[in-house]
Amino acid sequence: MARSIKLRIWRGDSTDGGLKDVVVEANEGEVVLDVIHRVQATQMGDLAVRWNCKAGKCGSCSMEINGKPRLACMTQVASFGEEETITVTPLRAFPIIKDLVTDVSFNYKKAMEIPAYEPPAELAPGEARMEQIDVERSQEFRKCIECFLCQDVCHVVRDHEENKKSFAGPRFLMRMAELDFHPLDQRKTRKQEAQEQHGLGFCNITKCCTEVCPEHIKITDNALIPMKERVADVKYDPVRWLGSKIRKREGL
Amino acid sequence: MSGVFSPTRAKIKERTLRTDKWWLQPLLTFGVLFSFVIYATFRAFENKNYFVEESHLISPFYSPCLSESCEPAATIGGWTPFSAEIFNFALSPALIILIFPLGFRMTCYYYRKAYYRSFWFSPPACGVAEPHEKYTGETRLPLLGQNIHRYFFYAGLVFNVILTYDAIISFRNKEGEWGHMTLGSLVLVLSSALLWFYSLSCHTCRHTVGGRLKHFSKHPVRYKLWTTVSVLNTKHQQFAWFSLAAVAFADIYVRQVASGAWSNPIFF
Repeated sequence: MARSIKLRIWRGDSTDGGLKDVVVEANEGEVVLDVIHRVQATQMGDLAVRWNCKAGKCGSCSMEINGKPRLACMTQVASFGEEETITVTPLRAFPIIKDLVTDVSFNYKKAMEIPAYEPPAELAPGEARMEQIDVERSQEFRKCIECFLCQDVCHVVRDHEENKKSFAGPRFLMRMAELDFHPLDQRKTRKQEAQEQHGLGFCNITKCCTEVCPEHIKITDNALIPMKERVADVKYDPVRWLGSKIRKREGL
Repeated sequence: MSGVFSPTRAKIKERTLRTDKWWLQPLLTFGVLFSFVIYATFRAFENKNYFVEESHLISPFYSPCLSESCEPAATIGGWTPFSAEIFNFALSPALIILIFPLGFRMTCYYYRKAYYRSFWFSPPACGVAEPHEKYTGETRLPLLGQNIHRYFFYAGLVFNVILTYDAIISFRNKEGEWGHMTLGSLVLVLSSALLWFYSLSCHTCRHTVGGRLKHFSKHPVRYKLWTTVSVLNTKHQQFAWFSLAAVAFADIYVRQVASGAWSNPIFF
């Protein structure tokens, strides 16, 4: 059954902007992206919104709904009260382009800075063999749809623009962890690089990345904290350091 | 202007547009942790009512009792390496040891989240702009020191063994005969058991038993241990709170019994 809902949508660009109130019909079972499209079709023909799959798998329709970073295609209108106004804004950690669309190129630049997987030199393509229990930890991180909600909510860059140059953000520190856990990856310096070049030390494990992840990846518990512990092994633990000098145990 | 008010970002004047009670959790966390710190400080300096000789109950705040001022029966085999005074100041036995359990909790990955949010507002909640102009996180001292968490974890294990020993010796009667039990025994057992769960669910424990490995398949025992600790680890937050409450209650119980305010019911 259709009902009228109240929406406040941020409209504007890099020069100025503000929240605009609209009333729009919502049908049973619809998600916020559906009603944004209805607003676009009926009231704001030039409303800019980025979207693609409408199935929570492409990560395109990331925005902030009532102040929380979410996927608009996975946010049910029925999850809000009947009298509640739903406020929709663009991601607040990234530069605005227009309306609900932001410039997320920061994330692609950070992705390029992460050193790629280094396979064993003696293996030809197709020859790599790994046991399931050795790869399952990394596989959790492969569920990432790159919606960048974790990058948006992380206060290290959301609240401190100046940190963007030295902090890769949770998504790409998770990528560093994924590769460091990889049983065949040959690069020995990922822990040091995570700390010294990609800003793992900025993370104060307040877990907002985990809270907003639409794939329910335990980013903090399963990637960032284990990576911090691995960094402590090689940089801050004198006993481990001494042990590594006496017995070469890299690649256990 | 930085953060969400940076010139390139969407111009929104509110620090947050969240409509839920995002402030409630940090407020509760602050209230409980602050109350605990006040109580623990008071008890650390109180220097009395920490031992009930006839029931063999010792407060977890004062165990192991290592000061010369400790009652002989409260010590471990009469071992008292620390002076009762330092610079003419009566040194409470609690002050000698509290750095270890306190350090373990202060550097704990869960408590860090809790106090960074509730005491430091860094951030107060997800999607709520923090008030600080600058942020360096754990990249430099003193917060870089959080990396010594593993050493506090090892010390915490030693304390768990001692507190478990305290719980076991409470199963004796006034004459020192085994096979007896009071409500105090139950309180100490509960407190030490929850401390074990808290320690064994710790992220550092998870890393130590197997998390640092690249090849689980080559270490089946450590993989099994890692899997078990990983299950416990999902409840680390709950164990952190329950163990804190249990330790505080064990101390309150011993204090009340030692001061005569409460009796210690004997089960058998």
